[in-house]
Amino acid sequence: MTALWIILGIVGVLIFMVIGMYNSLIKLRNQVKNAWAQIDVQLKRRHDLIPNLIETVKGYMVHERQTLESITNARANAMSANNMTDRVKAEGELSNLMGRLNIAVEAYPDLKANQNFLALQEELTSTENKISYARQSYNDQVLFYNNKKQIFPSNIIAGMFNFKDEVFFEIQDQAEKEVPKVSF
Amino acid sequence: MLLFVLMGIVLVGLGFIIGYAYDPQGGGAFIGIIVAVIIWIVMTLVAFSSGSAIMLSASNAKEVTPDVHPQLFNVVEEMSIAAGMRKMPKIYIIPTDAPNAFATGINPDNAIVTVTAGLLARMNRDELQGVIAHEMSHVVNRDIKFMTLAGVMLGTIVIISEIFLRSLFLGAGRSRGKGGQGQIIIMIVALVFAILAPIMARLLYFAISRKREYLADASAVRLTRYPEGLASALEKISGSTEEMPMANKVTAPMYICNPLKKKGMKMSDLTSTHPPISERIRILRSMAGGAGLANYQNAYNSVKGTNKNIIPAGELNQQENLGIREGMGLAASTDIKTTTRSSHDIIMKVNNYSFIDCNCGLKIKVPGDYASNVFYCPRCGYEHHIA
Repeated sequence: MTALWIILGIVGVLIFMVIGMYNSLIKLRNQVKNAWAQIDVQLKRRHDLIPNLIETVKGYMVHERQTLESITNARANAMSANNMTDRVKAEGELSNLMGRLNIAVEAYPDLKANQNFLALQEELTSTENKISYARQSYNDQVLFYNNKKQIFPSNIIAGMFNFKDEVFFEIQDQAEKEVPKVSF
Repeated sequence: MLLFVLMGIVLVGLGFIIGYAYDPQGGGAFIGIIVAVIIWIVMTLVAFSSGSAIMLSASNAKEVTPDVHPQLFNVVEEMSIAAGMRKMPKIYIIPTDAPNAFATGINPDNAIVTVTAGLLARMNRDELQGVIAHEMSHVVNRDIKFMTLAGVMLGTIVIISEIFLRSLFLGAGRSRGKGGQGQIIIMIVALVFAILAPIMARLLYFAISRKREYLADASAVRLTRYPEGLASALEKISGSTEEMPMANKVTAPMYICNPLKKKGMKMSDLTSTHPPISERIRILRSMAGGAGLANYQNAYNSVKGTNKNIIPAGELNQQENLGIREGMGLAASTDIKTTTRSSHDIIMKVNNYSFIDCNCGLKIKVPGDYASNVFYCPRCGYEHHIA
């Protein structure tokens, strides 16, 4: 009789451990998804800011017409991209162009004194930061999740329920690898 | 954690010895422990339910909306994204010229970050980010909860020994009769313990606080990937001589820098809530290899010349290789007078002042509760109407 109770007790504890590990894996995986969605939110915010930026700087930056045009194009490409590879490429292109514009701004002191532009500049700086911090946070979450998935004993549960490794957000272009330096 | 447990042992031990001193035969010791723990739990519940409200109203803080200070708002949002917080904390601002900041909120979902006007006046974007990251780290590391628990435990220990010592002196005239020599010895032991316990608890509390400060610095760098931002912020804060009003021993651990420092007075290492600023700066500046927690640990060891673990071992096991980013190079462009003035404008804005530019060039600030809707410019006499 006692032996039966002991066995039941052990089984009960095991079941609870399995449930606990399963739940924490699910929780971590959701955080990964959530972090990914956050990157999306910030990229969209950048798309929303660009028309406003172009409108503000157009009058001042007469020699930069080509850069401004290619920014508009890159934005359109990024917004219309329908697969992941295209999208990452288009957003990378957009980041590069924005960086180039930031350097070009140095040559226009009138623009740097414009209140409207200064407010916009803070928004852009912050959006670029938010994109990279969202990416950073995504990679952190992937790291936590993958570690949990590979470490004993939760790796058994992960194998049983077929949890897959998540991939890090790697940046192909070396220049893009640095957190965008936005200084107007 | 170990220090916290030690503090708990001091509390339980105090309950035990006092209970035992009063009633060695019966269950006095046991009752003593129960009473001590109950007092601690009740006080903790009170602190948890009203902690941040008390702290905010005590420091005269006002909530900031995004339009008042977009940069502050953005920086806080950036850091909450980096920390993976579900909700962005609320932001409050304190009208004082002393540069400092603190965070409150028992759990990350209802966190509040508070900065002073003096901080906003002095910091550039990178430095502000470092300070905010430090405060956010206190929130996500659950330091607020932890320090509240420890602080209340300290308070409980102080109260219990106080009550015991007082009752001992009051009851000194009455003879307890029954007790023999053994009872007297126990009483003396209890007396000594009641005197020593608050001192021990205090030292433990300060030690916990300092450890959490180092950890918050390490986590802040991990979030921003830019140790120099926080280092230079700390340098600026330590260089200021303004006193932080409304800060006291209990709220001190929540601030980024010890708000109780006095000019010309050197705090002894053991009785300070914060590690010496110069040391924190040196550790941050010697983080060469990367921005991870392990890099901070290495820098800590090389600066202090010890092998103490400042980062919990579980955190160090995460394999990570985090590069340090470049600074944004946004120097504080204007002098301190101008930035202090604009930080005062912010305070007025959060207090519902309206700003009116007169044609003569004077900027007039009208209080929100100004009764009439017409006033005259004090310089040129022009008649203004408030919408």
